[in-house]
Amino acid sequence: MSPRSLLARALVPRLRRVDVAVAVLLGLLGFAAVVQVRSTQGDGPLAAARQEDLVQILDDLANREDRLRAEVAALEQVQRELTGGTDRTSAALDEARRRAQLLGVLAGTVPATGPGVVVTLTDPQASLRPDVLLDALEELRAAGAEAVQVEGQAPAGDASRRVRVVASTSFVAADEGGISVDDAELRAPYRFVVVGDPATLTSALGIPGGVVDNVAQFGGRVRIERSSTVEVTALRRLEEPRYARPTP
Amino acid sequence: MIPALALVVGVVLGLVLEPTVPAALQPYLPIAVVAALDAVFGAVRAQLEGIFDDKVFVVSFVSNVLVAGLVVFLGDQLGVGGQLSTGVVVVLGIRIFSNAAAIRRRVFSA
Repeated sequence: MSPRSLLARALVPRLRRVDVAVAVLLGLLGFAAVVQVRSTQGDGPLAAARQEDLVQILDDLANREDRLRAEVAALEQVQRELTGGTDRTSAALDEARRRAQLLGVLAGTVPATGPGVVVTLTDPQASLRPDVLLDALEELRAAGAEAVQVEGQAPAGDASRRVRVVASTSFVAADEGGISVDDAELRAPYRFVVVGDPATLTSALGIPGGVVDNVAQFGGRVRIERSSTVEVTALRRLEEPRYARPTP
Repeated sequence: MIPALALVVGVVLGLVLEPTVPAALQPYLPIAVVAALDAVFGAVRAQLEGIFDDKVFVVSFVSNVLVAGLVVFLGDQLGVGGQLSTGVVVVLGIRIFSNAAAIRRRVFSA
C-alpha cells in the first residue's frame, strides 16, 4: 500500500456498523465520565456516598454531638461553681474589710470622722489633776463616744500634741502641772475631740457635780463646741499582745 | 480516529448539557465508567498488538459495564454494596494497570 492510500483510508474511514457502535460506546464513555466527575465535584463528598456510609456518618455525628453536649454541661457546671465561689469569696473579703475598718476605729489604727463635740478644758492655775481628765473621758464614753483623741500643748514651745484614746489609755500626773497621756506629756488647755451624738455628749458633761463643775473647782473652764463633723486623726500603732491569744 | 473524535464529542456533550445523574443510577455510574475504561485500555493494547477486533471490543465493553453494574446491584441487595463496589474497582484497577503496562512496553519498548 502506498503512503497516499493509507492516508486516504485514515481520513475517509469505512463506516461499518461496528465502527458506529465503537464510536457510540466511546462517546457514551466520555459523556458518562464527565457527568460523573461533575456530579462528584458539584455536591461535595457526601453526594457520592452510599446509603450505609451516610447512615454510619450520621451515627458518628450523633455520637459526637452527645459527647460534646455532655462536655458543655460539665463545663457549664464548672463555670457556675467558679462564679459562685468567686461571689462568696469576694463577699467574705468585703465583710472582712468592713470588720477590719470597724475594729480599726476601736483600736485607733484608722482615722475616724463623724458628728461630735470638741471639749476644751482650760487650766490657768496648772492644778488640774489627771483623774479629772479620766472622769471626763469616762463620762464621754458613758455617753456613747466612739472615737476620742486628746490634744494639748507640748511642754516646750507652742507645738500641740494629739493622742488617740483607746482602751489602754492612761492619765498620769507629770512634772510642773502637766499630765502625761500614754507617755505623751501635755499642758493645758486640753482638748477632747469626740465622735458621738453631740447632744448626749454635751448633756453628759454638763450634769451637776460632773465634769464642768469638777474643772471649775480647779479654777478652770470647760468649753463645748458641737459639730456635724469632727475629725479624729491621731493614730496609734497596733501592738501584738505578748500573752493573750485568741481562743479558737 | 473516529473513536477518538467520538470520545471528544461525548466529553463536550457532557460539559455542555450538564445533566444530573438520576438517583437510581448514582451507585452504578462510577463503576460503569471504570469498567468501560478497562475495556478501552484492553482495546488499545489489542490494537498495538495487532489483534484488535471491533466486535470483540463492543461485546467486551458492553458486558464489562453490565457485569460491573450487576455485581454492584447484587451487592446492594445483599447489603454489601459498598464493599463489592470497592472490590470491583480494585479488580478493574489492577486490569487497567496491567493493560497500561503492556501498552507502555509496546510504545516505549520498556
